[in-house]
Amino acid sequence: MSQPHLELQENPSGEPRRGFMTNILAAGIGLVAGAVPALTGLAFFLDPLMRKKNGGSGDGFLKMPVALDALEINGEPQLVKIIMDKVDAWNTYLKQPVGAVYLRRTDQDKVVAFNSRCPHLGCAVDYKPSQEHYFCPCHTSTFGLDGVKQNEIPPRDLDNLEVQIRNGGEVWLKFQNFRATTPEKIPVG
Amino acid sequence: MNALINWLDDRTGLKKLIHEALYENIPGGARWRYVWGSTLVFTFTIQVITGIFLWTAYSPSTTTAWESVYYIQHHMQAGWLVRGLHHFSASAMTVLLALHLMQVVIDGAYKAPREINFWLGLILMQIVLGLGLTGYLLPWDQKGYYATQVSTEIMGATPVVGPELQQLAQGGPQYGHHTLTRFFAMHAGILPGTLIAFLVLHIAVFRRHGITVPDPDRAPAATFWPDQVLKDGIACLAVLGTVLTLTFWHHGAELAAPADPSEAYSAARPEWYFLFLFQFLRFEWVEHQGLAFGAIYLPGALMAILAAMPIIGRWKAGHAFNVVFLFVMIVGIIGLTGLALKNDAADPDFTAAVRQAHEDSVRIEELAKRPEGIPLEGAVSLLRADPKSQGPRLFARNCAPCHRYDGHDGTGRKVTFKEPIVEEVLEKQKDGTQKNVKKIIDYKPPVEVLATATDLGKFGSPDWIKAVITDFKGTFSALENVKDKDDIKKVAESSKHFLEGEMAEWSSTHKNHWRTDPKNEQALNDLVAFLYSQGQRRGATDISDEALKRGRQIFETGKLPVGEFKSSCVDCHSLQPIGEDKLLGEVGVGPTLTNYGGDRWLREFLNNPGHEKFYGSNNTMPAFGERLTEKELDLLVRWMVGDYE
Repeated sequence: MSQPHLELQENPSGEPRRGFMTNILAAGIGLVAGAVPALTGLAFFLDPLMRKKNGGSGDGFLKMPVALDALEINGEPQLVKIIMDKVDAWNTYLKQPVGAVYLRRTDQDKVVAFNSRCPHLGCAVDYKPSQEHYFCPCHTSTFGLDGVKQNEIPPRDLDNLEVQIRNGGEVWLKFQNFRATTPEKIPVG
Repeated sequence: MNALINWLDDRTGLKKLIHEALYENIPGGARWRYVWGSTLVFTFTIQVITGIFLWTAYSPSTTTAWESVYYIQHHMQAGWLVRGLHHFSASAMTVLLALHLMQVVIDGAYKAPREINFWLGLILMQIVLGLGLTGYLLPWDQKGYYATQVSTEIMGATPVVGPELQQLAQGGPQYGHHTLTRFFAMHAGILPGTLIAFLVLHIAVFRRHGITVPDPDRAPAATFWPDQVLKDGIACLAVLGTVLTLTFWHHGAELAAPADPSEAYSAARPEWYFLFLFQFLRFEWVEHQGLAFGAIYLPGALMAILAAMPIIGRWKAGHAFNVVFLFVMIVGIIGLTGLALKNDAADPDFTAAVRQAHEDSVRIEELAKRPEGIPLEGAVSLLRADPKSQGPRLFARNCAPCHRYDGHDGTGRKVTFKEPIVEEVLEKQKDGTQKNVKKIIDYKPPVEVLATATDLGKFGSPDWIKAVITDFKGTFSALENVKDKDDIKKVAESSKHFLEGEMAEWSSTHKNHWRTDPKNEQALNDLVAFLYSQGQRRGATDISDEALKRGRQIFETGKLPVGEFKSSCVDCHSLQPIGEDKLLGEVGVGPTLTNYGGDRWLREFLNNPGHEKFYGSNNTMPAFGERLTEKELDLLVRWMVGDYE
């Protein structure tokens, strides 16, 4: 170390030349003592990252409140609220609305479903019947009836959700949210 | 690197600061006795770190405080560890405070010119105790809730401003959401902030005067770094080791059942470092002086003497007085704490209360971990609706005056009576005259009270049914304890009648029938199995159909493999078998056995035991349909028939 211009070296007792080991030991012990609570606390803080993903029960498919027959082939998309039990830390909220989907029947036994969250920044898109497209009121993202984006604002098309027709007329859907802003569909939670 | 350090130093004076911090001169060399201050700073650092992390998961309201702490303790990664470290470090801090104070007083480090620093230290001590007190309430469990109630009541006993002070601390006339938000703000904001401010002053003034060295020529002088730091570090590690050991030993800090103002908590005690004060306030002579004397004036006086030590120390024998005073005070505190622990250990009611509190805390954990989670109104509602924890309490209150449950009152306590010792004492009246007054001065040792009705610990079980059939008189022998006094003459008569009635006779007549042949022994088991199955209890599902058929046949015909009964069961008892709509026998002679020992039977029986279906005019038991609410009756019945998970 170059000599600082402050005259620090004038220790009243003359700085004793202590063994190198004492220095290392003192510093090491201090480090260990401080690290234990800090690292324990950090592990605690990182809890949300370590939590198992919410698998839900069964295969993750939910029965929709509308039957296949109630949907007109190539008719207007219908907005359906997704009602699920929601676990929030220590509470379980039974039957809470957690999101919404647009359902549209495109064939005798085919239903297309879009998550109503805009892939741009997560606002809810509206269906405009007069223009036959989905429109996001936040930043004017526009999507066609098939969910394909019609301007350059959203990073990707509307998020398609898996649908199954079961027991000859029940509509079942795998509800998922996806990260906004990315060109790829990345599931959340 | 050096350039950067010099650049920084030019602008901040960093080097000088570090130098001052590390190279403090210690005449006589580094010593173990100087470590206490550093260990206190260290434990405080642990508290700040763990406290802030706990803060990220704590939710202060009456319906979420316990729940969030439960979540920390049982669901979050390392949650129990962080909470345990925080809890046991708080205890360690109290011990270290006492040691630091002792070292300061013994070494005379409070004397001029260090008086101010001594006083700063005493203020720090109050803040630390305040942190302990406010932190104890935050989990909102029974333990913290009831212990803190005492503290705020004491606050209310402060002369002149007491009630206002109490309301301010509680955030209202009663405990509620604002009690928690206020305690939390105190605990995590105001008190630690104040503590840091005073700690900075304390250390600054300490550095100004330097360390108090009793014996400067003992060894060559050293500097704080690295010699004293090494010793301090080792001491801190030892403290950390102790705290970690305690944390792992107890698997973190205890979390009692959620606070319930409607549920008395007889296991309430303050945190251990306040036990001496608790014990002190229990002395009758202290009580006679009023709460303010024991809880405020006297501790205040002790603190005043502590604060006056620097002044007392100026006199010739002052230092010796100070040392002796502190020694006596600490011995007194240890003695009172020991006495409190000893009294509690010897008190069966207290140990039973502690056991019950522990059972509740285990139970609520089970309930909260169910997939349906904790309802929005809080975990306390889970416990209130739980037959397993409420049944015993209802039994103790309503049934245990006459019945027992496996020898106790349902909650594990013996039913006892303490006879008061009454003496005439001369007491001063308000008008100044003296007068003889009868007063309870003490109690005789508790005597167990005899049950006057049957022990119901096994009620409805196969063992119970077998005992009623084969030894009716023995099973109900507690009825003999009903004293033939005028006021309960009818009760005594009915009890006698019960013990000498037809069923008692039937039971003793056939006492030996069961043993004459192994086939008959099997027949008894079949009969018991049949009757037990009628209760539809959870345990009654694995009985074979053949056994039920054979048992039913005996019930209806009275025919045994070898010999037969004088009269069969249906001759006196009616029974509508499960799933059938035809009644066997007739209602009105002996009690009906439809769903005997089951939910419906017991509910109807408790509602009106004097109904002709049950004991009719022979009944002496009160009808509990009038005494209990529907919900209470439901909890009691479900507990007794084992209808809970």
